[in-house]
Amino acid sequence: MTTSHTNQNNHPLKRFILHKSTWIHIALILGSVIMILPFIWMISTSLKTESEIINPQMVFFPQGFHIANYVRAFQIIPIFRYMGNTVLIAVLKIFGEVFVSAAVAYGFARFQFKGKNVIFMVLLATMMLPYEVTMIPTFIIWSFLGLTDNYTPLILPAYFGSASFIFFLKMYFETFPKDYEESALIDGATHFQIFTKIFIPLAKPALITIGLWAFMGTWNDLLGQLIYINDPNKYTIQLGLASFNSLSGEILWGPLMAASFIALIPIIAILLYAQKYFVEGVKMSGIKG
Amino acid sequence: MKKRKSAGIYFVLPWVIGFILFTLLPMIAAVFISFTDWSIVGSNTQWIGLANYREIFQAEQFWHALWITFRYAIIAIPLVIVTSFTVSVMLSKNIRHVGIYRVIYYMPAIVSGVAVSIVFRWILDPNNGLINFMLSWLGINGPNWLYDPEWVLPSYLIMAVWGAGGGILTYLSALKDVPTSLYESAEMDGANQFQKTWYITVPMMTPIIFYNLIIGIISAFRKFTDAYVLGGAGGEGEFYMVYLYEQAFAHYKMGYATALAWILFIVIMFLTVIVNVSKKFWVHTA
Repeated sequence: MTTSHTNQNNHPLKRFILHKSTWIHIALILGSVIMILPFIWMISTSLKTESEIINPQMVFFPQGFHIANYVRAFQIIPIFRYMGNTVLIAVLKIFGEVFVSAAVAYGFARFQFKGKNVIFMVLLATMMLPYEVTMIPTFIIWSFLGLTDNYTPLILPAYFGSASFIFFLKMYFETFPKDYEESALIDGATHFQIFTKIFIPLAKPALITIGLWAFMGTWNDLLGQLIYINDPNKYTIQLGLASFNSLSGEILWGPLMAASFIALIPIIAILLYAQKYFVEGVKMSGIKG
Repeated sequence: MKKRKSAGIYFVLPWVIGFILFTLLPMIAAVFISFTDWSIVGSNTQWIGLANYREIFQAEQFWHALWITFRYAIIAIPLVIVTSFTVSVMLSKNIRHVGIYRVIYYMPAIVSGVAVSIVFRWILDPNNGLINFMLSWLGINGPNWLYDPEWVLPSYLIMAVWGAGGGILTYLSALKDVPTSLYESAEMDGANQFQKTWYITVPMMTPIIFYNLIIGIISAFRKFTDAYVLGGAGGEGEFYMVYLYEQAFAHYKMGYATALAWILFIVIMFLTVIVNVSKKFWVHTA
């Protein structure tokens, strides 16, 4: 595999072909095409006419932009309302999830108290517990309280913190030097002030990361929303798409792809705009060898 | 110091309350509910002991759903691990434009949900789908994918491999931590690229592979969205969680479904323990 060294005097084209990284690029580009193709296919279908879609001779790119599928999609499901509902749930949820998780993580990272280790072990254990085990009893409790077909069951639990976020932030807080809070304590600051004035600002990148994770989780969740929401006016984007998908009769591929594309735009935009937070998040989470 | 002691518990308290309300109580309730014939619509709930469990173990549909899920897990997990590991090794080779590749490979993993399932339903369409078009260029008459019981599993595997990039961020960050001195000394001993990967990179990566294996098992058994949206001919798309969901929310057999949830939990725990025990045979500890 030392071709790049032995062929140094050869023709540049030969050198290029034999160079190891050329082959890696070729493999990676081929893989990238496979990764992107479904998205391109979705977008191109959404812009095609009916006859282009079912043409036995595959038309990869449509003749001109055909926006009728988008118009149709909006007639079938109120996409913007569903997206708005989802954003409402996500924002209310993230606010609680991020700040409460941070507060709990601060408690674990910076204090000694009776039972701390036991509580932390229980927290770790719940991370292994699939949501599905408690799903039905939790549903029954909420329906006893008359709070199904309501966003409360989707939002309220977030205000008690999330085990994996607490775990992640605890490890992050432990890397902070102790001097910060010690001098603040001497100046008479309360622990709550130290948390809000020192830890929260310092942890901003980590908080943004878990906020993004929480947003993705809410945006992509189907099962939880399916269980609790029945009223079509309260549908989230996932429920709206699922109901569109299961409409009986002829499958309207064009409008379905248009709706799917619109539903994916926020997620793709976040990924492109904030990818460094995802990369950093994995580094910070300490999931290493 | 005394003040410190009392303050900590207040910060942790919200989680403890949440744990009691949303985990502990439901779990205790779940044990009892699984021994009843509870249905959310009717009244008159009866204590039926182990009848739900007995019924489950006699239900062909249960074994079918468990088998579908298990079969998917056992093929998809190694496929996904090998794919994401290979891509990560290539991305770690100091090549140009790594950032772009990373986003491209990571995107399918993060963009999930119903929209992606619908897109795959269309891509796998037997008549006008992208995959069968491309196969026809090669002169191959593509299968009916989700409409043919034999081809439902391969359809799900295609989606799994497409979304394999989820692991690359963890692999990449661990690949950076492999000491270069190991490769240098191997090079001096005359090791080639393949040998270096197999004898150094792979063993050094086993802790991350282990981590991704556990995550893979849990998420395979929890698979819901794809299966709910896509289904599959001959009940071949009936994954465990779809079965559970239907029992609970289409047939309102809450007791039965809760028993199913316990069985799911035990299966996942059992597999996790097995993998953990196997750890000492193959996971490299520094």
